Amino acid sequence: MANMQPTKRPMPTQEPSARAHNFDEVALGYSEKDALDEALRCLNCKTMPCVGGCPVHVHIPAFIERIKACDFEGAYEIIAKSSSLPAVCGRVCPQETQCESKCVRGIKGEPVGIGRLERFVADYHNAHATSVPETLPKNGHKVAVIGSGPSGLTCAGDLARLGYTVTVFEALHKAGGVLVYGIPEFRLPKRIVEKEVNQLRAMGVEILTNMIIGKTLTIDELFEMGYEAVFIGSGAGLPRFMGIPGESLKGVYSANEFLTRSNLMKAYRADSTTPIMKGGRVAVVGGGNVAMDAARTAVRLGAEQVYIVYRRSMEELPARHEEVEHAMEEGVTFRLLTNPTEIVGYQNPDDKRDPKNGCVIGMVCEQMQLGEPDERGRRRPVAIPDSHFVLDVDTVIMSIGTSPNPLIRSTTEGLQTNRHGGFIVEEETGKTTRDGVYAGGDAVTGAATVISAMGAGKTAAAAIHKALSEKTK
Amino acid sequence: MYTIVSKKQLNPSVVQMDIEAPFVARKAQAGQFIILRVDEEGERIPLTVAGYDREAGTVRIIFQTVGATTDALARLHVGDAICDFAGPLGEPTKLDGLRRVLIVGGGVGCAIAHPIAKALHDMGASVTSVIGFRNKDLVILEDEFRSISDRLFVMTDDGTYGERGNVCLPIERLLSAGERFDEVITIGPLVMMKFVVASVRPYGIPCTVSMNPIMIDGTGMCGGCRLTLVRDGERIVKFACVDGPDFNGYEVDFDEALSRGAMYREFEMKAREASCCLFDKEVR
Repeated sequence: MANMQPTKRPMPTQEPSARAHNFDEVALGYSEKDALDEALRCLNCKTMPCVGGCPVHVHIPAFIERIKACDFEGAYEIIAKSSSLPAVCGRVCPQETQCESKCVRGIKGEPVGIGRLERFVADYHNAHATSVPETLPKNGHKVAVIGSGPSGLTCAGDLARLGYTVTVFEALHKAGGVLVYGIPEFRLPKRIVEKEVNQLRAMGVEILTNMIIGKTLTIDELFEMGYEAVFIGSGAGLPRFMGIPGESLKGVYSANEFLTRSNLMKAYRADSTTPIMKGGRVAVVGGGNVAMDAARTAVRLGAEQVYIVYRRSMEELPARHEEVEHAMEEGVTFRLLTNPTEIVGYQNPDDKRDPKNGCVIGMVCEQMQLGEPDERGRRRPVAIPDSHFVLDVDTVIMSIGTSPNPLIRSTTEGLQTNRHGGFIVEEETGKTTRDGVYAGGDAVTGAATVISAMGAGKTAAAAIHKALSEKTK
Repeated sequence: MYTIVSKKQLNPSVVQMDIEAPFVARKAQAGQFIILRVDEEGERIPLTVAGYDREAGTVRIIFQTVGATTDALARLHVGDAICDFAGPLGEPTKLDGLRRVLIVGGGVGCAIAHPIAKALHDMGASVTSVIGFRNKDLVILEDEFRSISDRLFVMTDDGTYGERGNVCLPIERLLSAGERFDEVITIGPLVMMKFVVASVRPYGIPCTVSMNPIMIDGTGMCGGCRLTLVRDGERIVKFACVDGPDFNGYEVDFDEALSRGAMYREFEMKAREASCCLFDKEVR
């Protein structure tokens, strides 16, 4: 009998007052009873609109049916056929704009909590299973994967399952890409990423850290070393700044730097040797998920006041609804329709050697209003004349996007990029303009989501498989 | 893991090490840098390549003990290993077509200046070197510079060795006497490079500086190493890790770089004190 409750079973979470002071995971996950209850809300529609909303086409109604039967391992097996990183996706996917946006239950009430169920199944599996996913016998083909973020891990996993010998080249000292340096512990515990990475290793994937492709080795050298195909999943790259005065003052970070210091370099731990600005008054400029991560990290590091400064209104704010809600609950203040025009630094007129010289003491902003829609249909923010004011902050975190990393493009001939610097690929295959080289994820699209990167990794893995199997014939 | 195959104390605070890192050694060129981590809990620090042996697969680093990480590194011995060593990063120093070059190194910066001077010497260029230190005890690489330089000027601030004064003294003497160079390449403390640029500017000789800002990933991801170039009145943001570390000295906003370099000074001093205390405990 279906559960006709119009709302999702609530996700148990840490209390805002407690979690604002720790880096433990915010959402605690469904119990078996919660999961069963929520699964019963699924009507098992024949048309399966939710599957079409998933970039990797997880067979959603089928895995939910297994939950209803209390066969949680069976549910995992169904998800694992399509997704290499279910425990990650269940936590960080924007389900509300993907699978859940297509759910029939969403017409009258809330859609089925697909993401929450996926997470439950993955966590259940991780807690109980010991087996390594089966791989086909080695087929003798070697493939190189550049980057160990979501697209690289997915591509590597799919190919390893098909019997390929896969080597992943990671530039940093730790595998996981944005899952490790970007997304904070309280949203995605690093032990989960580690588990997924170890799973790949157990499947025979070799992961080499400290290998900066484009520098340590070039793509041409990878081919010389016997790799028959190369997948580039090198991620987004250099942070953008606004180009306003004061962006090089002490106390101005890119979100990438702030989050990398806290996540990858563990500045959030009391015993860490990594410096970071703690406490004080923080403005995060931008409205995406990365901005929310930076703001919520600042809260946890002890800031007395944290602002999100965004030039459009709440309606246009691109971050996931859940992240915005969590940020608000944790005390982040949203300054909407607000645009920074200058960051102001301290200067002691009497002492040129004052260490405080050059530190941020405020950010000049102007009020905005929404004007005519732009080419993408979003209403363009327009400054209101004479509306300037100074926001009293001592740390500014710029979270307004990234532009692609130049290291591979500048050292590889025949790889074409678009005017933003992203690799040009054939959408159905991930093929670049260079033979045998495929690409996907943020390196192609610019900053996007974990799941779309995974989708691209999957697409490329299938295309590589097809190309290399044809070659053998 | 990356094994330390040789270690030499160049002066009381400067250490030279050869590290086994075959992939980096295959590619390294003068002017590039590496990123290392001593242990699993350590920070990532950039160090410029001071030399390499492609056949032996080793890379030479020379560093001054200035903080917790360099202290920890200096305490390691031959046969010990560090957990990460990545590179080579950054663009190599551009040497093509240079025939007469003035190399100016200051302090531990001489460790970076030396491979560049050597590369120029090996190309057949005429190399004039000026190396400066605070005092006699801190002088490093004098013999190495002498063997590859057509002329060498050794300066100390207090006059305890070589000539007394800063590196600008011989530069101004040479230039005002009508000497000309295709390029001046300077590597050392920011303040020194700022003054070298000021000394060379009136003569219109191209002047390259090697910037060494605070970095985290070193691969073009975090943006912490940004600096500002002023070109035709326009301020342009560049990233030392992928655009540098070499820049046109006439364009660099040194005052901003000096300010940014001091961002964590207090934190660094505390971290170093803490690591020293820890070391004391170990010794006891």
